[in-house]
Amino acid sequence: MKISTSFSWGQAFLNLIVTLIALFCVIPFIIILSSSMTREMDILTSGYNLFPKNIDFAAYQYLFQRMSVILNGYKVTSLVTVIGTIASLAITAMIAYPLSLRRLKYRNFISAYVLLTMLFSGGMVPWYIICVKYLHLHNNMAALILPSMVNGFNVFLMRSYFSSIPEEMHESAKIDGSGEFRTLISIILPLSTPVFASVGLFIALGYWNDWWLGLMLIDKVELQPLQLLLRTIISNVDYLANSSVLATTADQMMPRESIKMAATMITIGPIIFLYPFLQKYFVKGLMLGAIKG
Amino acid sequence: MLKELNKHKVLYLMTLPAMLLLLVFSYFPMAGIIIAFKDFNLSTGIFRSSWAHPIYENFQYFFTSSNWVRVTRNTILLNLLFIAVGTFLNVALAILFNEIRSVWFKRVSQSLTLLPYFISWIVVGVFAYNILSYEHGMLSELLVRWGFDKIDWYSRPMAWPFIIAIIFVWKSIGYNSIIYLATLMGIDNTLYESARIDGATKFRQIIHITIPMLRPTIIVLTLLGIGHIMNSDFGMFYSLVGDNSQIYSTVDVIDTFVFRSLKGAGDMGMAAAANFYQSVLAFVLVYISNRLARKYESDAALF
Repeated sequence: MKISTSFSWGQAFLNLIVTLIALFCVIPFIIILSSSMTREMDILTSGYNLFPKNIDFAAYQYLFQRMSVILNGYKVTSLVTVIGTIASLAITAMIAYPLSLRRLKYRNFISAYVLLTMLFSGGMVPWYIICVKYLHLHNNMAALILPSMVNGFNVFLMRSYFSSIPEEMHESAKIDGSGEFRTLISIILPLSTPVFASVGLFIALGYWNDWWLGLMLIDKVELQPLQLLLRTIISNVDYLANSSVLATTADQMMPRESIKMAATMITIGPIIFLYPFLQKYFVKGLMLGAIKG
Repeated sequence: MLKELNKHKVLYLMTLPAMLLLLVFSYFPMAGIIIAFKDFNLSTGIFRSSWAHPIYENFQYFFTSSNWVRVTRNTILLNLLFIAVGTFLNVALAILFNEIRSVWFKRVSQSLTLLPYFISWIVVGVFAYNILSYEHGMLSELLVRWGFDKIDWYSRPMAWPFIIAIIFVWKSIGYNSIIYLATLMGIDNTLYESARIDGATKFRQIIHITIPMLRPTIIVLTLLGIGHIMNSDFGMFYSLVGDNSQIYSTVDVIDTFVFRSLKGAGDMGMAAAANFYQSVLAFVLVYISNRLARKYESDAALF
């Protein structure tokens, strides 16, 4: 493509519109950040604003003093995200690899089996009953991991990537006497790092942001994932004060509004922080899915 | 058959964990929708509970309350609104991105528009509260500053379809425009070059090359969207609307209704009937939309 260095009104106008759209997308984040650092009095008198009038970290201080609640949420969510992502990637690769092999006779049947789950659903009610009554997932940490471990979209994304690896590569490994597992791990995996990165990112993001599973299946506070904890804090800030052993008179004057915002910042912090590094893989995965799917 | 299974024993075994998980979390619930016809009791389970008497008892219940009309109407209308507004804006943004010449500007602005996709609906709920809350919301503040009266959005049902549509676009535009952008990047550049030589303006190039090239993608994504109408985004409605019954009249959807019957009221019969109704409608819509998608673009349909 030719890169023109001359100024053009068309490009300037285009950039202006796109800048406005980008701002529209980012402004809510800035409001949260600003409100979390605003003096409680300023919020009460002049509402949430784009920029803090007086910078004040009281909300963060308050939260850090009562860190145990949030730390526990972090612990649950991190554990779920790490275990879930590794297990889910492994299981997805294990079904995607055989599906990519033309020599496997029943692969179409298995594909259809996976595909059907993407199309039809029995709905929330029987799903809930099966999880609670038959699988005993109620208040069980596995409830936050198992139900979303396999996803048809990810299976097909990986399969189409594996299919693009010439089968002669596997054959050469076969002659060397390597088993199917070895082929997957030592030949396919190193050749497929981009798809593992993208799918891994989709999965990890799903686990980190999930609260639906917690909402349906977890009542115990100790097992609540971070997102659900945030919801609890937003709907009832006093929960933090009550749950704290340090409950003091300071709790009565806690900066309620800015605490909610600070808690939100702490929840999305890791994502915002990692976003610039991860975004690339995400877009790549999406492009892959868009072209092949 | 056994011979084939035996020959590729390891390969078939590898698929087993995923197949089992899908069996348990997808196929069992599909079979479980029969609870709609049962006098369900959690302690006896799905298959051992006795049949409802009469068999359609739960449905009698569901269809006599006027709720089903409201949630069906809201689910369909809201999703059609999202599809219409969403598609238009997603395509527009993809075209804008495609026309940007500065590489770094494109990269940065694309990153910023994708950012909302990375956060959970719970957090989006906080954002909405920040902007819309009556007491301290930014919008209230601005209205007062400009000399208007504050508006209590959370008690205005008519405003909510539009509020949710805006939030929906806000969260998904970066993600969806990438899908269109992927198609745009596949367009042969010589098409544009020959158009330029013929003296076509940028605008005419977009009308006569870009949009026709996007047409199949637009049609397919729209049809697939229609297929998913019944399974509207539960998280979005739950975190934005929540228990605020003042705005149920316009934004209560089937999903949230089923959830409330199940977890809130604990009304298993009602929940099961509504759930069955939703699954059947969803089945029909998915089936029809995929058939239509295949008519337009045989590769794009899922079956």
